[in-house]
Amino acid sequence: MLAYYFQLAIHSLKRNKVLTALMVLAIAVGIGASMTTLTVLHVLSGNPIPEKSARLYRVQIDPRGSFGFRPGMEPPNQVSWIDGMNLLHAARADRQALMTGGLVAVQPAQSMLDAFFAPARYTSAGFFPMFDVPFRYGHPWNAADDQASARVVVLSHALNEKLFGGRNSVGRMLDVGGHALRVVGVLGDWRPNPLFYDLTRNSYNATEGIYVPLSTSQVLGFAHDGSTDCWGNGGGSKRMDPAAPCAWLQFWVQLDTPASAAAYRRFLVHYSQQQKALGRFQRPPNVRLRNVMQWLDYNQVVPANVRLQTWLAFGFLFVCLVNTVGLMLAKFMRRQGELSVRRAMGASRRTLFAQLLVESGVVGLAGGAGGLVIALLGLWLVRHRPAAYASLAHLDGAMLMITFLLAICASLLAGVLPAWRACSITPASMLKSQ
Amino acid sequence: MNLQVKPIFSALRHHKAGTLLIALQIALTLAIVCNALFIIQQRISLLTRPSGVDEAHLIRVMNGWVGASDKDVGPLMQSDLDTLRRLPGVVDAYATNATPLSGGGWATGMHSKPDGKGKRVQTAIYFSDAHTLDTLGLKLVAGRNFHASEVQGFLPNDTLQPPQIIVTRALADNLFSDGHAVGKVVYLGKKPSTIIGVVARLQVPWVASWASNWEGNSTLVPRQMLTNGTNYVIRVRDGQLQKVLHSAPAALLAADRMRVIPDDQGVVTFEQMRAKAYKSDRGMAILMGVICTVLLAITAAGIVGLTSFWVGQRRKQIGVRRALGATRHDILGYFLTENLLIGIAGVAIGGALAVGMNQWLMHAFEMQRLSWPWIAGGVVVLLLLGQAAVLAPALRASNVPPVVATRSV
Repeated sequence: MLAYYFQLAIHSLKRNKVLTALMVLAIAVGIGASMTTLTVLHVLSGNPIPEKSARLYRVQIDPRGSFGFRPGMEPPNQVSWIDGMNLLHAARADRQALMTGGLVAVQPAQSMLDAFFAPARYTSAGFFPMFDVPFRYGHPWNAADDQASARVVVLSHALNEKLFGGRNSVGRMLDVGGHALRVVGVLGDWRPNPLFYDLTRNSYNATEGIYVPLSTSQVLGFAHDGSTDCWGNGGGSKRMDPAAPCAWLQFWVQLDTPASAAAYRRFLVHYSQQQKALGRFQRPPNVRLRNVMQWLDYNQVVPANVRLQTWLAFGFLFVCLVNTVGLMLAKFMRRQGELSVRRAMGASRRTLFAQLLVESGVVGLAGGAGGLVIALLGLWLVRHRPAAYASLAHLDGAMLMITFLLAICASLLAGVLPAWRACSITPASMLKSQ
Repeated sequence: MNLQVKPIFSALRHHKAGTLLIALQIALTLAIVCNALFIIQQRISLLTRPSGVDEAHLIRVMNGWVGASDKDVGPLMQSDLDTLRRLPGVVDAYATNATPLSGGGWATGMHSKPDGKGKRVQTAIYFSDAHTLDTLGLKLVAGRNFHASEVQGFLPNDTLQPPQIIVTRALADNLFSDGHAVGKVVYLGKKPSTIIGVVARLQVPWVASWASNWEGNSTLVPRQMLTNGTNYVIRVRDGQLQKVLHSAPAALLAADRMRVIPDDQGVVTFEQMRAKAYKSDRGMAILMGVICTVLLAITAAGIVGLTSFWVGQRRKQIGVRRALGATRHDILGYFLTENLLIGIAGVAIGGALAVGMNQWLMHAFEMQRLSWPWIAGGVVVLLLLGQAAVLAPALRASNVPPVVATRSV
């Protein structure tokens, strides 16, 4: 039965090619625009670490002076050296890591390569197991290395490719910022998007090339690169004084159960009270514990332009739909004569309605295929734009399904009113007027 | 023209669904197009803001010394500047922490009283020397330039409290409403800084919206940042840009190989920096333009489609009217007027929708308020579009011969 309706639909659509083309085009353009922006939004608001995102928390405390205090204020996004070290050494979480971004000059051993600057991450050893960072060669450094400010370095997959041609470089020495460091590990292909643990840098497509123990980076005077938030008489220099009243480090903890998260929050409040009693903190305890997705949401990591474009595209799709409703109305009403004859010969209203809906579904299918082509073209254009997230814009299986579902739902929705109007005519009056 | 409004209304009553759909489509299109055009205009006004510097003749070179400690940097920087200033085609050069359009730099509060008290304004800090005004092509509107003797080194842990500063006119007007800033004293920290000169305009390094309220508030300090990374800004003579783009990094590397000039963005013209700084604004404006065009085309196509159907449906009635003495002109007028009436209903709803959408955009995306001329412009465009779209089917209707009335079917 459905196959027969399908044939009828094709036949009817062929009869008025311009109108059909116009409807298919309207749906295709609307779906194409929506899917392009939705895919970009989907990619940008993805979960960078899906298996653990609910158990990883960013720690915020408020160490600032009473100057400028307002109740309900958010604490700074980052922590100071003293607080970071206190929390790290308290080790109250299942896992924890204190880290910050940096920029170091790398002098390759081979003379063919000029020296270059590489973005670096200075972190305590907890970083690698906590974020499930995969290792291609070697292993991360350990807490003892942190303690000893060991001269060790972990390289990213890409940097190892550049410096050592992708070979196992564990045990080799590398000149970093004028100091010889021993390579202990090389990462696998690891690119969390967005770069959730430090959003002060470029949020997308921006993992570091070099990982050095935080303690080592301070002993060797490596330059800090990232946001610094100072209060009181803090300075804004590239080398951070540990005692400076500045927040420039990120502190992450892993808390495996809600109970341990609640306990950790109590610990942070207690810590703030203790520091206030010591005179270091001046504000009432103000702590936040946000997990990965809450942290991304709080920082509005998806660019406003992308959100605006998505809204715009859906508004556009809506206009295209209204347009299609109008055109289908014209098309179905024009066939009232034919429909009346069929009614008079015994076809039920329901049959005719189903038949007309199949026709609009066929339009939707064609529109979906056209929309897919437009979306692929749109994403190709997005990939050639100079935005940081450009290379991530690809259509995946789920998005492909959504494209066709959206197109067919949209066209069926657009077909309901015209089909109902066309079927609700009384055959006698129509036949008489002929 | 004799407007036959009454028969049109009674005819439209028989085509409620179609009428409603056209009106709705016009309304939605108006709302979206008004706001989209407004966004385009806002973005364009952003990216045509002058930076205040002579962009056409400027090059920025990013430089990092390898293995140099901060105290070695002073002499290294001086010898690099000598090298650059001696290059053929170069007018002048200086070293700094940041430039307009670079998107990174130092911002701080400037106060009228010591220790963060008194009136406060936000300002960008540009490290400068006596060559800065000449290199950037800044116009001094009051006071004087720095003397070479006032320029000092600045180590990363130093506190920034220079005795002399040069500010922009925008900053001076913010701090002192009387227009006489030269000789006045302001505070970046505890110690006073005297304003010795005022320049006409110098944009802050950031073009993003968070800095838009103080985008003209810049301060030049006679200091050279002694860290192992710095930016050289070079001004070239007419027509020498491409040559210096290659000769400057080559000369620096020839003088001392122990340095890094990044491959990517290491040597750029200010025109490239401007394109990069505003790429997302430009992209947004282009996208909005494309969407507007396609949307208008789709709306026009919808009107053509539905009106064609109506004309086909009413061939017989048109024939009767023609047989009873209506001219072609009357028939044409009938369809044009019908479309105009629907259009007016549509733009009335659409105007309200546009304002509502703008309110929401203001709330969600920090847009500005849509002004009436934009809506009025949109209304005119859509009404004209409707008339143009209906013209072809209406002409076809006016060509229906009176003889149609005498035929059955």
